[in-house]
Amino acid sequence: MDDAILWEEVLPGAATWSHVLKRGTALRIEALEDGCNVGAMLLNADNASERLSLPDSLKAQHVARLTAGSVLYSDMGRILCSITDDTLGWHDPLGGCSDAGLVERKYGKCSYQEARNDWHQNALDGFLIEIAKHGLNSRDLMMNVNFFSKVEVLEGGAMRFVEGHATAGNAVELRAEMNTLVVLNTCQHPMDPDPVYAQRPVKLTLKRVEAPGPDDLCRNSRPENQRGFILTERYFL
Amino acid sequence: MLETLSSVSERAAEDAVFDEVVEAGDSFVHEVLAGQTIRIVDLKGNQAVDTLFYNAHNYADRYSAQDTIREQGNVYLTTGTKLISTERNVLMTIVADTCGRHDTLGGACSTESNMVRYVIEKRHMHACRQSFLKGALAWSQKTGRELDKRDLTANINFFMNVPVTQDGGLRFADGVSGAGKYVELRAEMDTLIVISNCPQLNNPCNGYDPTPVRILIWDSERKHV
Repeated sequence: MDDAILWEEVLPGAATWSHVLKRGTALRIEALEDGCNVGAMLLNADNASERLSLPDSLKAQHVARLTAGSVLYSDMGRILCSITDDTLGWHDPLGGCSDAGLVERKYGKCSYQEARNDWHQNALDGFLIEIAKHGLNSRDLMMNVNFFSKVEVLEGGAMRFVEGHATAGNAVELRAEMNTLVVLNTCQHPMDPDPVYAQRPVKLTLKRVEAPGPDDLCRNSRPENQRGFILTERYFL
Repeated sequence: MLETLSSVSERAAEDAVFDEVVEAGDSFVHEVLAGQTIRIVDLKGNQAVDTLFYNAHNYADRYSAQDTIREQGNVYLTTGTKLISTERNVLMTIVADTCGRHDTLGGACSTESNMVRYVIEKRHMHACRQSFLKGALAWSQKTGRELDKRDLTANINFFMNVPVTQDGGLRFADGVSGAGKYVELRAEMDTLIVISNCPQLNNPCNGYDPTPVRILIWDSERKHV
């Protein structure tokens, strides 16, 4: 059965976007070019002191990567969003986001005055401006996911950005298990060695989806997630 | 790649300006001034010490795990690690470490995450974020400054071993620490630290036996010259 599409839009590169993804809806993000990166922060839209906890998500699922079957936990033991589909197999929870200094060191300065909307932007400022629209500030920042990027951890702990990971057409789908303020930013990954400042767009598809049933992939991927779903469902009783 | 060799400190306990034992399950909140050095001693071995760090003059500027590991290119922390803040300041530097490796990806245990990780009925076992909140609220009351749940973000787990594998796995393993091992950090800025000496009984992070740690602080070496 086809899920009901609510709307589609293109999010350009180096842009920031936010939306309260309601429980019962999903967001599909599709790479429109090779080498896309989508930084993401998530908060409980009904109580923003509850937000994505990557440490809790990683340790509950014993992973340092995210893919279909993974869920994104809040710091309150509940699931904000589940990853219900993924054509890529690895999204990065480690690399964090770029900031003005990093972008200037890597790509040089390029102002709005000079370049209009091709100016050099950074993810941290994008996140801060966007969360401010929801009454939030730097106290509400959290560790972010980087969809479509891969950072491997080698023996001894060294981190290595894997080039050429995502290609156009790769897609990942997030199903909201709670009303989730989703904040996305499409600046390049801070570890991307590409010396060229690039704006790479993605397509967003918002849709209505069925509630996760007893056979749901994410619910059954680990016993921890079964308990996570129970605790999330209790929140809405 | 980051040096993972441990390094020993020359500082003597009798020269410390502060010396206190923090029992497992307790919190500890203290301002470490720029130039001071703080040592955390794992008295009995394999004790996780969950620690938060804030710019003492602006708590919104706080320790960032992702910036710290990305800037050093390594997920484990040891001598030489600079603790980077969310505003990209260097809060502290690890200047000595006889354990050799500390975690910053495992976060701090909470009653809520214990329900997910173990059994829902374990909700009422003591956990780090209970201690963080107690410490933060007491500090806030004492100083009149805002410090609450919103401020409990990424932390370091000193002495905790959370190996990450190349295929993207992560687990809590037996500790790499031992009785008497320690880590020392020099404050590069005035830094508020909030410690929970971890009470977790459900995984090997404390060897299933939470034990006390000792905190020592020395003034800037320049003052002794």
